[in-house]
Parts: sequence; C-alpha cells; structure tokens
Amino acid sequence: MMKSLYNQQHLKITLDRLTAELVENHRDFSNAVIIGMQPRGIYLADRIVQLLKEQLAGRPIQYGKLDITFYRDDFNTKPGELHIPTETSIDFSLDGKNVILIDDVLYTGRSIRSGLDALLDFGRPKSVELLVLIDRWFSREVPIQPDYVGKTVESATAQKVKVLWQENDGKDEVVLL
Amino acid sequence: MSLSVKHLLGIKDLKKEDIELILHTAANFKDVLQRPIKKVPTLRDTTIVNLFYENSTRTRISFELAEKRLSADTINFAASSSSVSKGETLIDTVNNVLSMKVDMVVMRHSATGAPHFLSRHIPASIINAGDGINEHPTQALLDAYSIKERLGGLEGRKVALIGDIMHSRVALSNIYLLTKMGAEVEVCGPPTLIPKHIEHLGVRVSYDLKKTLQWCDVANVLRIQLERQHKPLFSSLREYNLYYGVSRQLVDSLDKEIVIMHPGPINRGVELNSDVADSGHSIILDQVENGVAVRMAVLYLLAGKKDELVV
Repeated sequence: MMKSLYNQQHLKITLDRLTAELVENHRDFSNAVIIGMQPRGIYLADRIVQLLKEQLAGRPIQYGKLDITFYRDDFNTKPGELHIPTETSIDFSLDGKNVILIDDVLYTGRSIRSGLDALLDFGRPKSVELLVLIDRWFSREVPIQPDYVGKTVESATAQKVKVLWQENDGKDEVVLL
Repeated sequence: MSLSVKHLLGIKDLKKEDIELILHTAANFKDVLQRPIKKVPTLRDTTIVNLFYENSTRTRISFELAEKRLSADTINFAASSSSVSKGETLIDTVNNVLSMKVDMVVMRHSATGAPHFLSRHIPASIINAGDGINEHPTQALLDAYSIKERLGGLEGRKVALIGDIMHSRVALSNIYLLTKMGAEVEVCGPPTLIPKHIEHLGVRVSYDLKKTLQWCDVANVLRIQLERQHKPLFSSLREYNLYYGVSRQLVDSLDKEIVIMHPGPINRGVELNSDVADSGHSIILDQVENGVAVRMAVLYLLAGKKDELVV
C-alpha cells in the first residue's frame, strides 16, 4: 500500500519552516556551515541552501557535500554489494564551525554515525546538528537523534520511504511504500 | 557494482567497465589524499602482505602508502632477506604468510605468470605488482588515470609507447588497457626491441621517433631494461639516445602540445633527457601521485570481494 507523506505544496511549507528554524538558531550563518550527505541528501541540502540565500539576502553560505562510503561500518558484510563512492567537496575547514548535517531520511542512524566520523577528518566543529526531512523513529540502531525534522513517521521495517525531487525524479513527493 | 575479477592479475582479464570503475573510485581517493587528514578507516580489518621478489622503489612505497591510507595492516617482505634464499618454494612461503591470517597479497616477481599460478592455489586476493615481462596492471591504470586527468578522456587519444617494448610489462598492460578504452596506440623503438606480430594486439608500429612524436598526444617513454636483455640489442646507450632518446630539441621541433610520461625509474640521458623529464610537458610526478589513489581504488574494490574467494 502506498501512502503519500508529502506533496509538492506541503513540502514547500515544510522546507520554509526548516529554513526559518535554521535562521532562528544561526542568524546570519557567519559561523555556520551546511554539509549535505551524498548521494540523496544533496537534493534537500541544495533546496535548503537556496532558501537560506533568499532569506539572508544573498549572503554566501558555506556549503559542502560529504560522501561516507569509506567510513561505512558495513564494508564486507554483504558480499558482492560494494558501495561505490560519490564526490566529497568540502573546500573549507570545519574547525570551530557550527555544522548542520543534512540528509533526506533518518532510519537506522548508521549513515549519520559514519558521517560524524568523516566530518572529523575535516576539522573539529564547535557543534554538529542534524536536519532530516523524514525521521523513521522506530528504526534506530544507534543513539542518534535529529535537531530539525520535517516529519516523523512510524513505519515498519518492511516499509520503504521514497523521497522524490523535481531535479532528479521529475516531481517533488515523499511516499511510504 | 563491483569488479568482475577477484584478483588483479593483468589488464587482459578486465572488462572496460572494470577499468572505468577503478578510475572512478580512484578519483574519490585522490580527493581523500588532498585533505588535511589523508586517511580513511575503510580497510581497518584487512591485513595485506607486500611480497617483493624483485627490486622496487615507487611501486612498493606506493602500495604501502595506499594500504596505510586505507587503514589496512601491512607486512613487507623482500625475497632477498627471507627464507626464500634458504630454498623455500613460492607456495610454501605464501601459505605460511596466509596462515597468519593475511587477507590480500601484493606481489612482484621476475617470473612471468607467478601471480597467476599463485591465484590458483591460495584463498586470498592477489594483486600483480609486475610479473616478469608480462604485465604491470596498476602502472597501466595510473597511466590511464593521469592521461584522463590531463586530456579529459582516453577514447580517441593517440598514445605512443616508446623504447624497450620487448621487455616492458608496462607496455603490454598499457596496450591492453588503452585499446580496451578506445585509444589509438603506436609502439616505437628499434626493431630489435619491438616484438614480432605485436600489431595483432591492435597497435601501430613505428621505427621513426620523430614521426611518432608528431602523431601522438601522449608519449609514454619506457625504460631500457638492461637487466632483462641477455644479448646486445643495440650498439651502445649513446647510439640509442641519439636515435630513440626524447630530447628537448626534438620536442621543441614538433610545434604542438605533447604530454610526456615515464613509469620510472628514468635512465636520464638514455631514453629521456633531463631537459624534457623536468619540463612542463612532463607529468611524471603526477603519475607517481596518482599511483597511490589508483592503488587505493584497486585494494578497496578487491577487498570487497574477499568472501567470494574459493580455491
């Protein structure tokens, strides 16, 4: 059974709210940076950064992309299913910065754990916060919680959350399969 | 996605998609190597032995660095200072090493086919770091990566391999790789150093260095391997340099852009003169830098297959 969690209009309202929450906490972003998680968190991060720029009258936002392939904890646990890396581009130091990590879906928390490991190789941030669009909160395997959430979903392990983006999938929609 | 092979014995066994996957992965490792902390935890539960039955500087250091950057544990083995000199066989040596729970073997050997032989008898991934006059796959991969980085691609590029084609494992691996990837390849050198029938591998043959340089986008100049030449194949090194040495004068007379490569170690003043090796045309040190990233990619992709190994 397919259930829609977000349509385009509803998604826009949530993205605006998440952006407003970020501005509320980080003001002019002079000491805050956005890090999008590869591969699927980038679409959300792109949107948030775009909205932030509109909110902050074109102020430059430091924005990087993080690939966690080499930091995963499941290397070699499933034979024949090797993860192929994508680009990491963080061309600034994270020393002393307030980092906002962005991913589309928070599920077991293992990707974020790997992401925290990876971040430390780029400096020692003052703080790290997590922003996700969907929080599947019954499925956590490590103690990681988000700071900014679009929507919390109570879903069974057998179910799948699919986040679609205009840029990549032709429409903005989030569905529970 | 993963590689179609469990060992890297030679480029001959790889599919085009395998080569693309290795080069793609290498680009991400090259990025890791530019960071303040040039190390990732990926292979922290993997132990790798570097078995060198033949001398090496670049390849051995490059593999060792690649392993360390991936957080693998490494053991170095040089035949000259081991029980090999007491008469231990290759399989015995390797099985003894593997019984200490080693996962991967990087091997260089002066005998052609030594890693292929080993791969049929031991339950570990083997990476060929050069076997006799057969193949040196990671060198060809890093050469390809460096060409791609400089020229944007391989397909349709004209690459010349110049010098001792007969004894060069770098030449053979490069020929397999470049032809698979759609590049045009020409080999150039004195007739005594070019194997008969080599055109069956899909390459052009030339004995005229100037014409070859005029034709190519990239000149990969190979070392004269005196240690493998058991009879005189040219009169003198000076004569070789006059006819087949790449000099500044020759490169300047071309009136075009050219990329000069060399797998090292260079015999300066023999196959390549210093004024070219150290010029802006040369990407020799880029090749060395890229070697670490390419070897990290190979180790990463093969380590992901260690559970599939059955002997």
